[in-house]
Amino acid sequence: MSIDPENPPPRFISPSPESEFYWRSGADGKLRIQRCGGCRRWIHPAGPVCPYCHSRDLAPEPVAGTGTIATFTVNRKEWIPGFEPPYVFALVELDEDPTIRISTNIVGCEIDEVAIDLRVEVEFEHNGDWFVPLFHPMVHATGDD
Amino acid sequence: MSEPLERRAIISGAAQSEIGRRLYRTGIDLTIEASLRAIDDAGLTVADIDGISTYPGSGGPFGGCSGAELHDALRFSLNWRDGALETSGQLGAVHKAVLAVAAGLAKHVLVFRTVVEGSGGPMRVGGGGGGGMGGMPPAFQYLIPYGVTSAANWISCYARRHMHDYGTTREQLGAIAINARTNAASNPQAIYTDPMTMDDYLDVRMVSDPFCLYDCDVPCDGSTVVIVSHRDHAPDVPRGAVHVNAMGTALRGRPSWDQFDDLTTMAMRDSAASMWERTELTAADVDTAQLYDGFSWLTMAWIEALGFCEKGEGGPFVEGGARIAPDGELPLNTWGGQLSGGRLHGFGFLHEGVMQLRGTANLQVPDCEVAAVGAGGGPESGCLLLTRGAS
Ligand SMILES: [Zn+2]
Repeated sequence: MSIDPENPPPRFISPSPESEFYWRSGADGKLRIQRCGGCRRWIHPAGPVCPYCHSRDLAPEPVAGTGTIATFTVNRKEWIPGFEPPYVFALVELDEDPTIRISTNIVGCEIDEVAIDLRVEVEFEHNGDWFVPLFHPMVHATGDD
Repeated sequence: MSEPLERRAIISGAAQSEIGRRLYRTGIDLTIEASLRAIDDAGLTVADIDGISTYPGSGGPFGGCSGAELHDALRFSLNWRDGALETSGQLGAVHKAVLAVAAGLAKHVLVFRTVVEGSGGPMRVGGGGGGGMGGMPPAFQYLIPYGVTSAANWISCYARRHMHDYGTTREQLGAIAINARTNAASNPQAIYTDPMTMDDYLDVRMVSDPFCLYDCDVPCDGSTVVIVSHRDHAPDVPRGAVHVNAMGTALRGRPSWDQFDDLTTMAMRDSAASMWERTELTAADVDTAQLYDGFSWLTMAWIEALGFCEKGEGGPFVEGGARIAPDGELPLNTWGGQLSGGRLHGFGFLHEGVMQLRGTANLQVPDCEVAAVGAGGGPESGCLLLTRGAS
């Protein structure tokens, strides 16, 4: 596939104050999602107040970094110079809370191996100041062991 | 139910400017052309117009013209003006005009949408713009880094999930594109009128799989104007008043391309539901549907949302094209849609709905009494139920 984590495409990462942690989290190899200290629900994208209980006791917490592809597209047109098609854009539902969808590129496999319901796990692309969450298929993808 | 307020409003005039690819005319020029035609069409003069409503106002996508520009260009004297992006889709400009007329803020509101292709296309990245202290607007800061700057990418993800869950096929999406192309042949203003076969559709290059080039609408330049008036004016409308029966404005899910609760529909689920909550009419009463096709799958989602078939049955509903043809049970996008008629950003469907109810469409549906018009895809949408007579 065309996305090479060793030679990453331009990402144009431009976080808000609330979301900056998300793009730095991978420095220690962990994906973090904002979590409410009041009701313990996960919140994404991160915001200034819990949308469920209105607590402001919010902090990033590590997640396992595993999930399931909810849907995806194979982009075949160049929209951004240097971001060479084809590549897969996917929405991954996290195991901790499937209503949280992570936007990502799928790497580490052929494009025709990507499918809805495929089990995936996070890896990080070190890109300038940022650690970009990408996902690759889990080794024991079927979970039938 | 007590009478919904929108029943006080009619569409008294409708017109379009010249429409084409790269006309090299400014947005204000096109808007003035359509405005003067529409005012005349309504049997009014510039002095009668006391309101202006537009989508998206200054600074929105796909160029165009602001309400203030038009206000000054023709020296309107207004009692009310509005132009904004954050509304119930492109038709939000109509919804607000209807409310202004019903509330007595204005008697005759000129409503317009103008597009200029030169500034269209995907979101620009890497330079200027962006949203305040965080740079990129929150809606996009998790999308742009992954190389997806176009609605083609975001909406194709929904189409794929619809295919996965319901067995929808590319041929079924193709039926929507082919219907649009076939109908466009009767529209002298349409951009693409050459016949399209299913092989043409299946063979063209992919843009964002499962969307091919022919699943994506065609950018154009043009302006569409309707005049929204109080129904008291109906007897004086030279070409026949079109009545507003119901408006759909609801946005009940998260306003997000990637976090919406159901990956097999979009905001039209809610705008359609809220429209039916405001009328005694049902989907079975609709004689023609003019439904947004910025991407082919959006039309399928609108068909399901409005209840022309069950959720998930949109594919079989359109398959083969007979049911949605001009002589079918639900004549669809009879002007060619944005897929072939041109990306007039919602207002092409509105214009065609008005023409059908007046009986003056290029591809006229016989005895057309009720038209459903839906516009928008993604996190914002809105719809209108229009009738030939008063209810
Ligand atoms: Zn909470």
